[in-house]
Amino acid sequence: MGFLDISNATKSYGSLEVLHKVDIQVEEGEFLVLVGPSGCGKSTLLNMIAGLEEITTGEIAIKGTAMNGVHPSKRNIAMVFQSYALYPNMTVGENITFGLEMHGVPKPEREKAKAQVAKLLQIEQLLDRKPGQLSGGQRQRVAMGRALVRDPDVFLFDEPLSNLDAKLRVDMRTEIKKLHQELGTTIVYVTHDQIEALTLSTRIAVMNGGYVQQLGTPKEIYDTPANLFVATFMGSPSMNLVPVRIVEQGGGLAAETFNAAGETVYLPFSAPSAELRSYAGQTITLGFRPEAFTDPGGADRDAGNIVELDSEVVVTEPAGSDTFVMTVLGGTECNARMRADVQVRPGDVTRFALNMDKAVVFDPKTEKRIP
Amino acid sequence: MSVASSDTAVRTGRITRTFLYLVLLLFALFYLLPFGVMLVNSVKPLEEITGGNMLALPQTLTLQPWFEAWATAQIGVEPTGLHPYFWNSIKMVVPAVAISTILGALNGYVLTKWRFKYDTLIFGFMLFACFIPFQIVLIPMARMLGLSGLAGSTAGLVLVHVIFGLGFTTLYFKNYYQVFPTELIRAAQIDGAGFFRIFQRILLPSSGPIIVVSVIWQFTNIWNDFLFGASFADLDSQPMTVALNNLVQSSTGVKQYNVHFAGAILAALPTLIVYIVAGRYFVRGLMAGSVKG
Repeated sequence: MGFLDISNATKSYGSLEVLHKVDIQVEEGEFLVLVGPSGCGKSTLLNMIAGLEEITTGEIAIKGTAMNGVHPSKRNIAMVFQSYALYPNMTVGENITFGLEMHGVPKPEREKAKAQVAKLLQIEQLLDRKPGQLSGGQRQRVAMGRALVRDPDVFLFDEPLSNLDAKLRVDMRTEIKKLHQELGTTIVYVTHDQIEALTLSTRIAVMNGGYVQQLGTPKEIYDTPANLFVATFMGSPSMNLVPVRIVEQGGGLAAETFNAAGETVYLPFSAPSAELRSYAGQTITLGFRPEAFTDPGGADRDAGNIVELDSEVVVTEPAGSDTFVMTVLGGTECNARMRADVQVRPGDVTRFALNMDKAVVFDPKTEKRIP
Repeated sequence: MSVASSDTAVRTGRITRTFLYLVLLLFALFYLLPFGVMLVNSVKPLEEITGGNMLALPQTLTLQPWFEAWATAQIGVEPTGLHPYFWNSIKMVVPAVAISTILGALNGYVLTKWRFKYDTLIFGFMLFACFIPFQIVLIPMARMLGLSGLAGSTAGLVLVHVIFGLGFTTLYFKNYYQVFPTELIRAAQIDGAGFFRIFQRILLPSSGPIIVVSVIWQFTNIWNDFLFGASFADLDSQPMTVALNNLVQSSTGVKQYNVHFAGAILAALPTLIVYIVAGRYFVRGLMAGSVKG
């Protein structure tokens, strides 16, 4: 049993079920990110943990106590909202201590807690201002201060960075991560930004259509996505998906496809599973990330199974740190992440190196990954 | 000139502009004229009015008509002047405005932030209060007041005005709170504030403009009401408007026009003052509710 237990929780509005049997155990000190496109049910799930939405069936428990029907203020949680939700008529200091005041904490203790949090977040000089006089980043800090001051069991973040500009978002992301490392608090964090999910979390739940598609560490999610949705949703640029035919080749298995010129290309698997062998002769989907598909000089030296192939370049996109090179494999466009100063031009036939260690395969019918 | 016209949408030439101001001035005069006539005649001795021109400025200035209207004029059968009725009106208007505004705010809060099944239907019914002709309810209302023992009392009048004001105040506050961020309410819930605490600590402090709108609207309507005052009040609870009517109607012998004018101004003064003091918030508050994000 975890610190925060979500067992078989569903949510329905009338006859419409929007969240289907969610099962997640969060350990103490974990940073769980719920990520998915809008309408996937991630905010609904967060609101159910907070007690702002009722749980239709199933149970949500914090520290072993069922929270169904318990008022939000009695769950010992704190929430940071997307709009920050700072009370406009109160000063920053009053905003931070409002929750303590409502819980009947005496004034001297409130002042002490306020001072501590203000110091931690470096907002001491803002305490007497009204929220309207603050910048976006400052409001964000105050909103976090209001959550921190309560010393809750679980922190809930509802897309807290999406109202900030790009640069500030990256800065605040780092700060949230630092804060989590310093305080070791349990956090459930909702976002639609897959980069935020990967950078912040200790575990990620990828959600779509009211289902948890995959629950795992960022590395598991990124390297071995459970299905095509997770594969394409996580990672930017997204994973290349090429239709290939599984063929037997010298005792092993290989994926057969063709390059931009229509020449057949064989991509041998180093250690194919028994499951994959059963697909021999069938067409499946081969997935590989742009960074596993590069120029031969930039390929991972520790990789055991690099396959080199020639193909025509369609487009190049220099991105400063890397150059993305687009080619065509098996009739679909594939993105290769090459070194920044690689010399290729559209129309050239150039040599690519594909790290087959990192490749994953999916059944195109069920869309699930073949182990 | 260029500075003045730079922030107007349409550029106008000097001649058009002069013409515009002339027309506006004319309209302003036209609207002010009745009040001017009242004011001028309320400080004249009666002979100057009966003997000549109503529009002429007073030759002898006197405040006697004002004193008479306030303290000694014949209202119905009693020579009390208007002042007891002025206080009747105050005793009726202040609680009626306060109660209907507070209840309207609570209604708006519930209808936007604590929604329940059929809440729009209930709101629809409340809006009837805004549009129903008052004459229709006179007799049922009289019966209800009789049954509840409030007939002929100030409390009864307060009740009637609260009921009819509630539709408008609810409408105002509902529109205003509609755009109030719901996340704030949720944050306060998590912080541990209850229904009334959220209302009092979060919502009300942000409701200044719409409270002003509600107060002005209610004050003006209730103070100026004649029908309910005439129908449901006793002698000792009659409001100012009814007393003014009695003053004008009951004069025996010579009609004391100067006293009537002074009385009419006295009756209109409170609404005028409220509008002058709080009027600039009125438009602002109306706008705040109507502009949606």
